Amino acid sequence: MPSSHRIITTVWQRIRNWFDPDELRSVGTTPDYRFSLANERTFLAWLRTGLALVGGGLAAAQFLPALPLRHLREAISIALLLLGGAVAIRAIDHWARVDRAIRLDRELPASRFPAVLAVVVGLGALLLVVAVLAGALGG
Amino acid sequence: MTAARDPGLQPERTRLAWRRTMLAVTVVTILAGRLGLTGGRVGALLTALAILGWGATITLCWPRAVGTGVPDPSVRTLSAVGLCIAGLALIGVVLVVCGV
Repeated sequence: MPSSHRIITTVWQRIRNWFDPDELRSVGTTPDYRFSLANERTFLAWLRTGLALVGGGLAAAQFLPALPLRHLREAISIALLLLGGAVAIRAIDHWARVDRAIRLDRELPASRFPAVLAVVVGLGALLLVVAVLAGALGG
Repeated sequence: MTAARDPGLQPERTRLAWRRTMLAVTVVTILAGRLGLTGGRVGALLTALAILGWGATITLCWPRAVGTGVPDPSVRTLSAVGLCIAGLALIGVVLVVCGV
């Protein structure tokens, strides 16, 4: 119980930091503005990655023909939409963590997220190839 | 522009990144609207919500997209834009679930 309480407190603290500029500014020194702008552009690139996933999900829902497995089209669409939303939320958190690191002149936060995302998208594509092949050979 | 011109064109690149993001949000909103307007009353309501979210996102992005290279991104702006996009994803999920 105490550990779950701590996790909730930590998550809440982070979400509060997203909307509290003073909290972020209070640590370290103001970095070279070029680093800040690079961090901002990385954040925007992640947002566009999320938007591409959301757009893909919306396109799958309305432009894909019905697939051999029932509701597979809807499942693909929802998976892409949720992934896109998660990428956007994670982009905020990552931006805040990088900003903190460059203010404190520390190592940038390491993250498994890009690798996990790449593997998930790759597996999803592979699954779709199997579904399409199964439809072509079986149908 | 600031007095000392940055040879890396950082402010310009950042402005253009904001503009690309606005463009991407617009395309996704149109896609959501296309799906929503085929889905009866719930679809129309969610489309209206998506358009409101689009308006909010553009309003938030605009100052950074045409800004004068002020090197100071607001945490609130970034968070709000990210949450708007997550909201758009959620609207999409509801649209797909309602359409099933």
